[in-house]
Amino acid sequence: MWLFLLKRTGLMFITALCLTFVVFFLTNLYPNLEKLAKTEGNMRMTDQQVEQWLDTRGYSQPMLKRYGEWLGVVPSYRYVGADGNERGRCIKPGMDPAIAPNYCGVLQGDFGFSSVFKVDVSTIINKRLGLTGWLMLFVMIVMIPMALLIGVLAGMREGSKLDRSLSSFSIVTTATPEYVSGVVFIVIFASSAVGLRWFKGSATSAMTEITFANFTLPVMTMAFYGMGYVARMTRASMAEVMTAQYIRTARLKGVSFGNIVVKHALRNALIAPFTVIMLQFPWLLTGVVIVETLFNYKGFGWVLVQAASNNDIELLLSCSVVAVIVVLITQLISDIGYVFLNPRIRMS
Amino acid sequence: MNSLTGWEIALQIGIQFTPVWVALAITLAASMYYKDRLGLYGHLFDSRVGITGLIIVLFWAFTAIFADLVATHDALSQIASMKNKKPGTQIRNAADGIYQYYLLGGDNLARDIFSRMVMGSRSVMIIAPAATAFAFMVGITLGLPAGFRGGKFDTSISFLANLVLAFPVILLFFLLVTPEIRATGVPLVLAGVLFLFPIVFFVVLFQSRFYTQPMKRNVYVATTLVLGFWAYSGLAFNADPLGVFYMDPNLLNIFVSVVFVNSPTVFRIVRGLALDIKTRDYVAAAQTRGEGSWYIMLWEILPNARGPLIVDFCLRIGYTTILLGTLGFFGLGVSPESPDWGMTINEGRKLMSIYPHLAIPPAVALMSLVLGLNLLADGLREQSLKD
Repeated sequence: MWLFLLKRTGLMFITALCLTFVVFFLTNLYPNLEKLAKTEGNMRMTDQQVEQWLDTRGYSQPMLKRYGEWLGVVPSYRYVGADGNERGRCIKPGMDPAIAPNYCGVLQGDFGFSSVFKVDVSTIINKRLGLTGWLMLFVMIVMIPMALLIGVLAGMREGSKLDRSLSSFSIVTTATPEYVSGVVFIVIFASSAVGLRWFKGSATSAMTEITFANFTLPVMTMAFYGMGYVARMTRASMAEVMTAQYIRTARLKGVSFGNIVVKHALRNALIAPFTVIMLQFPWLLTGVVIVETLFNYKGFGWVLVQAASNNDIELLLSCSVVAVIVVLITQLISDIGYVFLNPRIRMS
Repeated sequence: MNSLTGWEIALQIGIQFTPVWVALAITLAASMYYKDRLGLYGHLFDSRVGITGLIIVLFWAFTAIFADLVATHDALSQIASMKNKKPGTQIRNAADGIYQYYLLGGDNLARDIFSRMVMGSRSVMIIAPAATAFAFMVGITLGLPAGFRGGKFDTSISFLANLVLAFPVILLFFLLVTPEIRATGVPLVLAGVLFLFPIVFFVVLFQSRFYTQPMKRNVYVATTLVLGFWAYSGLAFNADPLGVFYMDPNLLNIFVSVVFVNSPTVFRIVRGLALDIKTRDYVAAAQTRGEGSWYIMLWEILPNARGPLIVDFCLRIGYTTILLGTLGFFGLGVSPESPDWGMTINEGRKLMSIYPHLAIPPAVALMSLVLGLNLLADGLREQSLKD
């Protein structure tokens, strides 16, 4: 067991290293740096000036060395600014260069400085992740029980009318991406055109206070798309369990149908959906980005869009790191959980 | 000024789609007639789910083909008085010879929403299946040897595939589909690598089958190479000497990213199928006959894996359609003016609470297409399990 865990975690770290390097490479391509130089320095800089600007600030060092600096395993670059003071990534404004640390990368907990929001990246990420956390929490609370219920009800009697209608419903939800259902929901429940006006079409106020009116639509939109997939997996797994020998034995013994479903079938049928739910997380990120943009809820997804569209390199990098780590951890949990839940699988 | 009522709008739209209905009726009647000779496709007509899906998908396919006939106006032309007008509004002082109404209303730039929706089906129906097909070529060419032979090759490619899969899709798009990245040539490199796979696939396919008949083999392989590299030069590097194959740089960027995102999943599926099928008796029989390993992979394993692959192909086209919509929604679409569905939804949502008719038609169109593909996949799965 421990060897398995160790192997999995080791692989996870290698994957994380590779992925962060890819992101680092893609965000630090020359056109991006050129754009950075022009927004930070002067829009009318000539090519030569841009190169000089990047040179003095250490942007033209080899990619691997800069990646090391960002990671915090290579001493970070220092230069002498126009006013004669020594500057660098580690030297915060007003800090004495002599006592500034040599290493300041992600490993030291320094995520850099956002060029758009003009604050430390870690402050932004903390705040926005918290907001997205609430959204995710409510989505999970709504989505998982509903999806499991639909799946179990549909799968317990395969081919019945109930199964057909619930399966059709889950196919419809998987065919409705967030940007479609969100638009439809807003028109029906929030616009003056239909006139229901039950909920608000914007979730901006939910950032300070979550209410039923401002949070229902975003949660509903996200849960709607994810639900169908989980429900279909649950249905398939439930239908398979219901054909197993031991269920037939229980029936022949005269156990009531309700008891069979709840006591005998359910536990085994929920193993597969567990992994599926965990693996939904990377998908949910896309959903978060869309829903937060659509409902103007300024969480993690919104920051990601801002960072990407404003060429905020350090912020985008950190967002990517967070996203990648979340995905990798959920993958790890799903692997370990699968092994735990399913004693038939040997660990090796 | 007389506007159309709801029923009249529906009737007029129905009339506009006449070429589509005719084509649909002919196709369905012909398929029903020859049902018994059409294999899996014929069996599809036994399942209600499958038939529904097929009809929806064919509807959009024919709409894309006959888009010029179906559309009432040019997708880009503006008639100033029609800005944000309700569905069914008559055009004031309409010039002779043009269609008198905006059937689904006008958008924020006074363009006809109905025509934009119809024209928008074109880009989706071309890009989504093509990108999925490319992803399948990549996935099959790499997945078969990985599953069949295993070893170091399998380990390394699987690691790479997992790497891409661990990457949140939306992030990849934000990194890959930007105007800046085109200047660096990353999409070109990706295109150069990914577009090679179909050529490799077909060359190996013919080589492994016909290497005992050199004459036939030479003809097939040579044709593949000539056609393949001709298209390759045009599509990937825009260097086609005759100028037939060409892809807009922005489109290329999107296309490559979508293929790149889809291939690892296909790879995993094909690898799993190959692992499963290679233990069958007919593979052992082929090995005893002394067939080469590529022959076994492409002519024994692949045909027997077709059921799950066809089902996944349908699902994946739907998924790709959603991805393209997502890209358009974030303004990363084909070009700012084009009637791309995702982009139209994004433009429409800004005025949604006042003019809901802007965003709804493309949203419903996209949803129905994906729904059709999902139903079709479901019907195919049902029927292929019966075989």
